[in-house]
Amino acid sequence: MSVLAESLAGSRPRTPAGRAVAALNHAVIHIVLGLIGLIWLVPTIGLLVTSFRPRSDIQATGWWDIFELHFTLDNYRQVLEAQGMLQAFMNTVFIAVPSTLLPLGIGALAAYAFSWIRFPFRDTLFLIVTAFLLVPVQVAFIPLLTMSRDLLPDLQLTRGFGAIWLAHTAFALPFGIFLLRNFFITLPPDMIEAARIDGASDFRLFRTIVVPVSVPAIAAYGIFQFLWVWNDLLMALVFVQDSSKVPMTRAIQNLLSQYGTEWHLLAAGAFLLMIVPLLVFFSLQRYFVQGLLAGSIK
Amino acid sequence: MGLAPTPVIPARDLPARAGLTAARARRPEGPNYVAAVLFLLPATVLLAVFLLYPALYTVLLSFNRGRNGVFTEWVGLDNYVRLFSDPDFLNLTFPPSGALWNNVLWIVFYTSIVIFLGLIIAVVAARVRYESIIKAIVFIPMAIAATALAVIWKFVYSPDANIGLLNAILGAVGVSPISWLGDERIVNFALIAVGIWGSVGFATVILSAAVKSIPAEIIESARVEGAKERQIFFRIILPMVSLPMSVLAVTLIVNVIKLFDLIYVMTAGGPGKASRVIAFTMYQQAMQAGQFGYGSAVAVVMLVVLIPIMVFNVRRFRTKSVT
Repeated sequence: MSVLAESLAGSRPRTPAGRAVAALNHAVIHIVLGLIGLIWLVPTIGLLVTSFRPRSDIQATGWWDIFELHFTLDNYRQVLEAQGMLQAFMNTVFIAVPSTLLPLGIGALAAYAFSWIRFPFRDTLFLIVTAFLLVPVQVAFIPLLTMSRDLLPDLQLTRGFGAIWLAHTAFALPFGIFLLRNFFITLPPDMIEAARIDGASDFRLFRTIVVPVSVPAIAAYGIFQFLWVWNDLLMALVFVQDSSKVPMTRAIQNLLSQYGTEWHLLAAGAFLLMIVPLLVFFSLQRYFVQGLLAGSIK
Repeated sequence: MGLAPTPVIPARDLPARAGLTAARARRPEGPNYVAAVLFLLPATVLLAVFLLYPALYTVLLSFNRGRNGVFTEWVGLDNYVRLFSDPDFLNLTFPPSGALWNNVLWIVFYTSIVIFLGLIIAVVAARVRYESIIKAIVFIPMAIAATALAVIWKFVYSPDANIGLLNAILGAVGVSPISWLGDERIVNFALIAVGIWGSVGFATVILSAAVKSIPAEIIESARVEGAKERQIFFRIILPMVSLPMSVLAVTLIVNVIKLFDLIYVMTAGGPGKASRVIAFTMYQQAMQAGQFGYGSAVAVVMLVVLIPIMVFNVRRFRTKSVT
């Protein structure tokens, strides 16, 4: 417990009445926090339970009816095989991995230049990149689709994953450069200078010193970007035009518009979409929270 | 909620040396053009081709008919005139409605309630031993895709009392089911509630860090002087977290302006056009209705609304660099 938490809790009351009031206050606090915990857990748990219930049960009774508990994996089997969610899962991976690695690599290179290479207008250029942070992706829809249709028809960018990789990378770069540069600049200048005096080139410096000591920042950004792409629906709607290449977010949206209230499929589908982000959250919570907090600029 | 959640990095994580001018004085050697070009080339090409060029193209296209996504016929401000005279975009007769108005509703209710709840949870949870568990529970929705969040809540909101938890609870106390997402007077508030549910964890984590950075001696001495808990909250804690709070508010407003996935999956802007927001209108006009000039005008409105926030951010980073 932090010092502040203790001080917030107040000093020990001396009279019996004072102690009673303090106990009551504490009871109120536990009740309020318990309610908050319930409100934030129950909706998700409800869907999780539903994803394991047979279709007939779902329609007959509520998931909260603990006397009607039969569990099955049929929903998952059906959604993975018949509804193509396995393919969609793979598509999400195919979209998310390059869309994370590309901005990470390219962003780190640019961030290094903005931190440790001297060139004119460096700070002005960096402020321009900062201004790009909030440019909404919507401004890119029409021009990028037109470009891939008229200028680069042979590449078939929107038939494969090319268009969505490039769009995600370009719109992730300003934040990646911003975050990594603000980390790189905190590295001790003596360390960089010493390596320079020893004759290390910028590329060598980048690869053997700056990147290895910046792993926490790079990881935080990588996790943020990965989850951002993993969870994205909008970019996939616009830039993935081959229906066999749609990611999970779109597959679930399709399920919803086709079947509407087939909750056994929707619940299983939604959990397949949530599983990777939840694993990342529980295993890499520290990096995850850092990345997300830092990522809040986008 | 998969929302792009202004760096709300707690101030202590952003070193004072993160300044634009840091380390300049220590460089005796001259500019290294070759290295600068090599390191910046990939990022510059990508940003120029896939961000800057499209943004300029879209601005120009918003003054054009834009048939087929190319420049066909210049129409001046026609797209903007049509946009702002479209009652589905903005209707200011009482009661006001339209996509832009819905964004205003979101900004007012979503932003204020998220910050309010985030602060309450941050302060109250600090008094119990299971603080980190409560914070983790409230934070989980931030990890989940807005698409999954939409499914979770469509389920909770279901009008069928065997499916939807809310209507089951109402049924248990004898209230007839409410069509949360099917009634145009309710739908926006039902959606905003989901948005709040998805973002409170983010606010809690930021505000909790801010509250904990307040030196304990300040609060202790106030208490010794006989300050009540309420006075400590309003006179000390609140003013001392006002800066992270304003940054948080800006972030949440940006979220609202870019809000799309949740609306698209939960209601597709319906019933009718009741729950449309500006990013939804852009997608619908440009991608579904093929109105490229008109859709570009909507994208430009989004950009223009975001520009003051961009200026705010750039100023903030600049000031930070001086300290």
